[in-house]
Amino acid sequence: MYVAVKGGERAIKNAHLLLAAERRGDPAVPELSLAQISQQLAHAVDRVMTEGSLYDRELAALAIKQAHGDLIEAIFLARAYRTTLPRFGASEPVDTAQMEIRRRISATFKDLPGGQVLGPTFDYTHRLLDPALAEGSALAEPAQAEGGDAGPMPRVTDLLAQDGLIEPSPMADPDAPVGDLTREPLDFPAERDLRLQNLARGDEGFLLALGYSTQRGYGRTHPFAGEIRLGEVEVEFFAEEVGFAVPLGRVTLTECQMVNQFQGSKTEAPRFTRGYGLAFGHCERKAMSMALVDRSLRARELGEELQAPAQDEEFVLAHSDNVQATGFVEHLKLPHYVDFQAELVLVRRMREEVAAQDSGQAPMQEAAE
Amino acid sequence: MNAPAYNFAYLDEQTKRMIRRAILKGIAIPGYQVPFASREMPMPYGWGTGGVQVTAAILGPGDTLKVIDQGADDTTNAVSIRQLFAKTAGVCTTTHTAEATVIQTRHRIPETKLGEDQVLVYQVPIPEPLRFLEPRETETRQMHAHADYGLMHVKLYEDIARHGHISTSYAYPVKVDGRYVMDPSPTPKFDNPKMNDCAALQLFGAGREKRIYAIPPHTTVVSLDFEDHPFEASRTQASCELCGADDSYLDEVITDDRGGRMFVCSDTDYCEARREARP
Amino acid sequence: MLVIAPAFADPVSANQATFRAVMDAFARPGSVRALTAAELAPPPPLSRGAAAVALALLDYETPVWLDTRLAAERSIADWLRFHTGAPLIVEPGRAAFAFIDDAARMPPFEAFSLGSEEYPDRSTTLVIRVDGFGTTAPLTLTGPGIAGRREFSFAPAPADFPARLIANRALFPRGVDLLFVADEAAAALPRSTRLIERA
Repeated sequence: MYVAVKGGERAIKNAHLLLAAERRGDPAVPELSLAQISQQLAHAVDRVMTEGSLYDRELAALAIKQAHGDLIEAIFLARAYRTTLPRFGASEPVDTAQMEIRRRISATFKDLPGGQVLGPTFDYTHRLLDPALAEGSALAEPAQAEGGDAGPMPRVTDLLAQDGLIEPSPMADPDAPVGDLTREPLDFPAERDLRLQNLARGDEGFLLALGYSTQRGYGRTHPFAGEIRLGEVEVEFFAEEVGFAVPLGRVTLTECQMVNQFQGSKTEAPRFTRGYGLAFGHCERKAMSMALVDRSLRARELGEELQAPAQDEEFVLAHSDNVQATGFVEHLKLPHYVDFQAELVLVRRMREEVAAQDSGQAPMQEAAE
Repeated sequence: MNAPAYNFAYLDEQTKRMIRRAILKGIAIPGYQVPFASREMPMPYGWGTGGVQVTAAILGPGDTLKVIDQGADDTTNAVSIRQLFAKTAGVCTTTHTAEATVIQTRHRIPETKLGEDQVLVYQVPIPEPLRFLEPRETETRQMHAHADYGLMHVKLYEDIARHGHISTSYAYPVKVDGRYVMDPSPTPKFDNPKMNDCAALQLFGAGREKRIYAIPPHTTVVSLDFEDHPFEASRTQASCELCGADDSYLDEVITDDRGGRMFVCSDTDYCEARREARP
Repeated sequence: MLVIAPAFADPVSANQATFRAVMDAFARPGSVRALTAAELAPPPPLSRGAAAVALALLDYETPVWLDTRLAAERSIADWLRFHTGAPLIVEPGRAAFAFIDDAARMPPFEAFSLGSEEYPDRSTTLVIRVDGFGTTAPLTLTGPGIAGRREFSFAPAPADFPARLIANRALFPRGVDLLFVADEAAAALPRSTRLIERA
């Protein structure tokens, strides 16, 4: 029996071989290419980039392939690579007002400058399985907008801010260091920049459930989807060597600005408040959930009563990271013989004591040294 | 594609510097949990990422590494971590406690007494000894700041009131150099006395919780107890079926479905050395 | 033209070796550890040992303060900035590391960051250049890292050094940590070390 716990080295090697074979599946079926994953499982790639905090479609596609499509495992692969990369600094803030828009909707105004742009969305599809897709079929050409340029698309929150109806966007201090929880461990209370970073990396499902809970009365914030926009923005980096900002390229972003009610106080007139969500690629559910939770976590700053899980900064920020969470949950698979043995000794001793009391005898002593 | 390439001992130099600075502060403030910017590692959180980061930060080409889990060198996670360093750092590895300069461990302290030139690196899941009494970091930080450990004593005392003795059998809290109450990681309390006045440097890494702490060599480490209920380092009262040791911590192995069981040393190196030494 | 003296040819293993020496020094207060720094030729008066420590522990996350003698020599700041990227600051109370060349006239420890009760780790580490160890009347030390007692001395030392050490220990867990470096050796007195006063 004792021999059975030996041989770990061979067991691991064989498990890895088996895993690789399972990943590939039937060799008669053509192997997936990274381009296929990147193009045809684009939302999966977007999620891995967002929660992996690494904007690289090709590496995200590789991670998904290597993880057999397990997205948390793929996020983990992306993070473990990202963490080893050299770091040069922080980019200039991106200007989402200048986004080249592919989708832009507002639930607060029927029409607004730049208009509503529905773009690519599942929203109004009928969720009927499509047998034609199983075989692959020719596609109709998507329609192109007439006139091309739709003109500027100011952000809804900027429009509201002109009338003072919404709290001003906090002015960023350009000289303040950019918080980064991958470089400094989080301490509490955490500033909003770090909270937003935590939420951007946080698990979509966890944030979805928390955001949902605020809609069901657990820390209600009366949200309206002020605006959701999807498109491409320029990223620039200020290079000390040359003394100006150099363009690094373009990234696809999903941004959600929630507009929330706020009662005001005796001294302060009521106005709307903000919740903010941002994700790489097209991750609308994530961006919306993030905006709901961001607003909830501002309860302390806004003087609201803290009573719901989504308002509890330590609880939310400490449990949002799926790479941390899955690691610790799954670590229960590791052997715990030693601790269990210690508990066995204790439980047996306590049972003996109870039995001895029942029979009026002194318990057997265990060895102590 | 930018093909990924990795540094000596996996971690990049900047990460190592950050961890090294945290280790120095940890040594300077024995038992205090130093926050550090723990990185994602190529293994899951909860599987030794903290220990691995500490080991990666201290390891050099001249080191000899031993990795144990549950006292054994051959458990799968120990094998996996040892292979990671053999692959990324090219260091010598050993299963012999006395030959190792760095020993990474999960849940045990080797039976063989450690020496002056050794470093013992513990993998820690929950570094905060007060966490299960008070879940909030903001609160427990204040308790440590003011050395306010009343809550822990109340818990232990309630144990005695209810059970007649303290019902903590592993991860048994200790006080380091008379100041900080510290979690020794989930080692059985049998191992606690080995931490006191240990000749080796003891380093603790908690990756997911982002904390590093330390016990310098020859530091006073006391298991919490009460005068009328002194601490006991308990073990199963049996001898190892393989080597006959009656002083080692034992694993219980179920041998059949009729209640048959045997006890063997949890420390495989200790057990093997004893068997080899037998005539 | 600005010429900056090189750092280690093999930084990965050199920095590891320096760190291990420093770690051992911290773990065994008052014991003297060898540093391998012969390869370095930093701008004087920055010592080779201090330069090796800087390379091993500094980067853009560690604000550094230099004492008057070191700050007077611009090439030292250039060398540190070029090789480590560490920001050099004038306010010692914000420094993660303070490099001191004039050990006999080092500022009072309260000038540096002593950390807080909640975060005692957020304190300054002083890197102090010395001529050597064990040449003057020794202090007797005890505490974590020391089996029983250990004798230790360094030169030059400020006259009030024993009183400073006692005051620093009284702040525990707050306080500064001291790393003494000669060209090829290092020793440390972390804040946990206690001084045994002579009868």
